[in-house]
Amino acid sequence: MKPNSYLFIVIFIGVALVFPLIPLALAWLWRRIFQPPKPGPQKNAIYECGVESLGEAQIQFRSQYYLYAIMFLIFDVEAIFLVPFAVAFTGLPVGAFIAILVFLLLLIEGLVWAWSKGCLQWER
Amino acid sequence: MSEGIDEVLRSKLQQQGVWVSSMQELYNWGRKNSIWPLQFGLACCAIEMIATAASRYDIARFGGEVFRPSPRQADLMIVAGTVTKKMAPQIVRLYNQMADPKYVIAMGACAISGGPFKQGYNVLKGIDRYIPVDVYIPGCPPRPEALLHAFMELQRKIDEQKLSGANKAAHLDSEQPSEFPVPAFGKHDLEPPANPDVFHPPKLERV
Repeated sequence: MKPNSYLFIVIFIGVALVFPLIPLALAWLWRRIFQPPKPGPQKNAIYECGVESLGEAQIQFRSQYYLYAIMFLIFDVEAIFLVPFAVAFTGLPVGAFIAILVFLLLLIEGLVWAWSKGCLQWER
Repeated sequence: MSEGIDEVLRSKLQQQGVWVSSMQELYNWGRKNSIWPLQFGLACCAIEMIATAASRYDIARFGGEVFRPSPRQADLMIVAGTVTKKMAPQIVRLYNQMADPKYVIAMGACAISGGPFKQGYNVLKGIDRYIPVDVYIPGCPPRPEALLHAFMELQRKIDEQKLSGANKAAHLDSEQPSEFPVPAFGKHDLEPPANPDVFHPPKLERV
């Protein structure tokens, strides 16, 4: 009789199950017979390099940090464009000067708007 | 050493190509050749420990190169350096967080006794006051060869541990503790100054 062609898959599944189960069963037997488990409050505690952990892991950061980061970005972008502008200032035409003034005005406008909204006030 | 097998019979069998072993021997053989130390240095001795792990001295030859940054995966704590009283509770807590079986090597004069800082107000006079130490290495700092020697001594110690019976290994004995009390800061010193269950200093008898 010709065996079913899917038989070897069934055998494979069987081997795939037994192969990891044998070491797991051996480890379980070893623990049962020889090595008693010794859990404890400190052994089960959260590992923080030996220091006792304080508070919860899930904490919320103030959204104001985000606003401050955005404010910082204004000055950051300004510096990136202003430094090369200042280095090449003497060789630039009047059009470039006006362009950088418009650019500065846009950023300063944003800063003034944020300031008037109270973004620089650290709310408690 | 395996009980129950006559050594003469064993060597005779080995000559015939039959290798006899016991479960205890296999267990200890596997454990002693794969000791994972905790990646943990306190002072100048840690530099010697790093040298031991590096290519020239190469602790990997003895199966101890896998320095783990977490106590959960470590078998061996090498207390390498001066233990200040500020650090002592953290060391005991790390030791407690290690999984059994666990071993301790006290490396250097400071770790075994306080060393040159023994008279200092802020240095612990030996980590064996709070946790059981398996191997002590004198020296200030001990050379990497000394650490390798201590490592081999520890391997010898592991090899002789019993799997069953009255004097079986501590981690196999449900009566033996796996955690030790962490000292806290008192008014003047760590409280308690030593764990009486662990610390057995030699008694001086003046004649």
